[in-house]
Amino acid sequence: MSANIVTIRSLSKIYQQGDINVTALDKISLDIASGEFLSLMGPSGSGKSTLLHIIAGIDRPTKGECRVQGIDVAKLNESQLADWRNQNVGFVFQTFNLIPVLTAYENVELPLLLTRMNRAERRKQVETALEIVGLADRAKHLPKQLSGGQEQRVAIARALVTDPALVVADEPTGNLDSHSAQEVLGVLRTLSHDAGKTVIMVTHDPKAAAFGSRQIHLEKGELSK
Amino acid sequence: MALPLNYSLRNALVRWRSTIATVLGIALVVFVFVLLQSLAAGIEKSSSNTGDPRNIMVVRKGSTAESASLISRQTLTEIRYFEEIARNENGEPIISADVLVLASLPRRDGSGEANVLLRGVTARGLELRPQVKISEGRWFEAGKREIVVSAKLAKRFANFDIGQSFKTGSATFTVVGWLEGGGSAFDSECWLDADECLSTFERDMYSSFLIQPSDEGAGEKLIARIEADRRFKLKAEKEVEYYRKQTMTAAPIKWLGGFLAVMMSVGAVFAAMNTMYAAVGARTREIGTLRVLGFRRRSVVAALLLEGGLLALVGGVLGCAIAFYWNGYTTATMGMETFSEIVFEFRVTPKLVVEGLVFAFIVGLIGTLFPAIRAARLPVILALKSI
Ligand SMILES: Nc1ncnc2c1ncn2[C@@H]1O[C@H](COP(=O)(O)OP(=O)(O)O)[C@@H](O)[C@H]1O
Ligand SMILES: [Mg+2]
Repeated sequence: MSANIVTIRSLSKIYQQGDINVTALDKISLDIASGEFLSLMGPSGSGKSTLLHIIAGIDRPTKGECRVQGIDVAKLNESQLADWRNQNVGFVFQTFNLIPVLTAYENVELPLLLTRMNRAERRKQVETALEIVGLADRAKHLPKQLSGGQEQRVAIARALVTDPALVVADEPTGNLDSHSAQEVLGVLRTLSHDAGKTVIMVTHDPKAAAFGSRQIHLEKGELSK
Repeated sequence: MALPLNYSLRNALVRWRSTIATVLGIALVVFVFVLLQSLAAGIEKSSSNTGDPRNIMVVRKGSTAESASLISRQTLTEIRYFEEIARNENGEPIISADVLVLASLPRRDGSGEANVLLRGVTARGLELRPQVKISEGRWFEAGKREIVVSAKLAKRFANFDIGQSFKTGSATFTVVGWLEGGGSAFDSECWLDADECLSTFERDMYSSFLIQPSDEGAGEKLIARIEADRRFKLKAEKEVEYYRKQTMTAAPIKWLGGFLAVMMSVGAVFAAMNTMYAAVGARTREIGTLRVLGFRRRSVVAALLLEGGLLALVGGVLGCAIAFYWNGYTTATMGMETFSEIVFEFRVTPKLVVEGLVFAFIVGLIGTLFPAIRAARLPVILALKSI
């Protein structure tokens, strides 16, 4: 039984829009075990992305706490948070979010530019990451020269190149056909099974969710199961 | 750590249409700035290259221009043998009595007439101005109705080719040579024999004396002596001083250049700003992604500034290159004092090029600064949501 990498206690997120308060997350408590592949499900607007963003250190909670590897992420200041994200979290977006003017190789290398690694070390890491996602032969391609599924796999390579403990993916198959989706999901499962990474994946597709080792459901900002 | 240079470069190349527009806009501003300043530099050169620091220039007190000054022959005979004046190997005092006359002559392009400054000089006058050389033909001969015209004026006036002749005053002069004044005020003059000049224009007064004193101390004494003598009513000062005040001042052109540059650069700044705001707007999500990956605000700002700065620098180089095309090109204006045609060159100096590039870079940076700050201010989370 591995230790919990994420512990969330009575976490709330309330957005203020003019006079109206929108409660995106309502006193959530959740533990995520290290190495787990968690599928976070729920209808649109239920707060999935919000929860993922808070865990990944992109957004801050209104109340409650979210600890990742024992660190209360909300207590870090802006630049500490940037460094923390760089070293501990890999992020996969629904829309891939590759930098269009950079090649697959350069996109994957980006997070490493923030580390102390030299050029040769970076090259090794990038090549390994591209191999894991099966795109070593596409290193020189620009995003627009890749298919959606390939783009998303490059994005996964970018997420794992720094060897983070945590990989978060927000609807990673939302923009993909079913074949590409299978490939991407397969890579994510490998990450968790073989590389021991903790993967948190937001999806509203039950078939995608089935790739996870555990599924949880959000409903109007509350965990329903 | 900063974003790779490639990131800034390729982003500029990807939106090449607006990039070219920005580059051309900045090139235009820099071109106008450098060109006008090079004109000012040319004018300054013409005043700085005209005098010899040893020589003393004498004109009538109160005269605004050399051509408006009148000094009697009587005065020449009195001053001529002052002991402060240097002598040449033949024992003659080195003093040149010049006669300046304005002649209205037809332009080469047929667009009417313009004033030309004619200078009647003696052999001493040529010796005292060694920077004036013959580029084609030969010097005039004393006692003949021959004239040497400035090579630069020759391109602008009719009948100024060697061998041609033109009528002025009561006589017809034949052009026997072209003179080259090395960028000095003499590039705007025609030289002829002093006595011929006096008789042709029915003058019996000189305009100015140019004197070489025997030494520095003698120069000071000579100035004091001439100025102190109530009979003469003459103004004596060093030749360089005289021309510094006399030749057209470059100040208005510098001012105009500065003014135009400022006005146009405001336009260029807004154009660059517009481009960069659009670039930032289109890349909101991309910038958010970079921040998620761990890049700091200042890395994003630096990459955008670099992008804007690079464009501006390319524009600056282009502007300087176009301006450099005019380097050495001769143009003319009407002298404020004599209303005669004054020629000078565009001089694109290295200093001007550097100024132009720095100027371009600053325009680029200012134009990019606000869009870059806006990009940096975007909360990471919003950057991710915008589609
Ligand atoms: N920046 C924001 N400002 C106001 N409301 C927001 C903001 N972000 C999300 N919300 C609201 O919070 C709720 C949860 O949003 P989100 O986490 O994106 O849902 P999901 O990812 O499950 O579709 C929604 O009602 C949404 O409208
Ligand atoms: Mg969502």
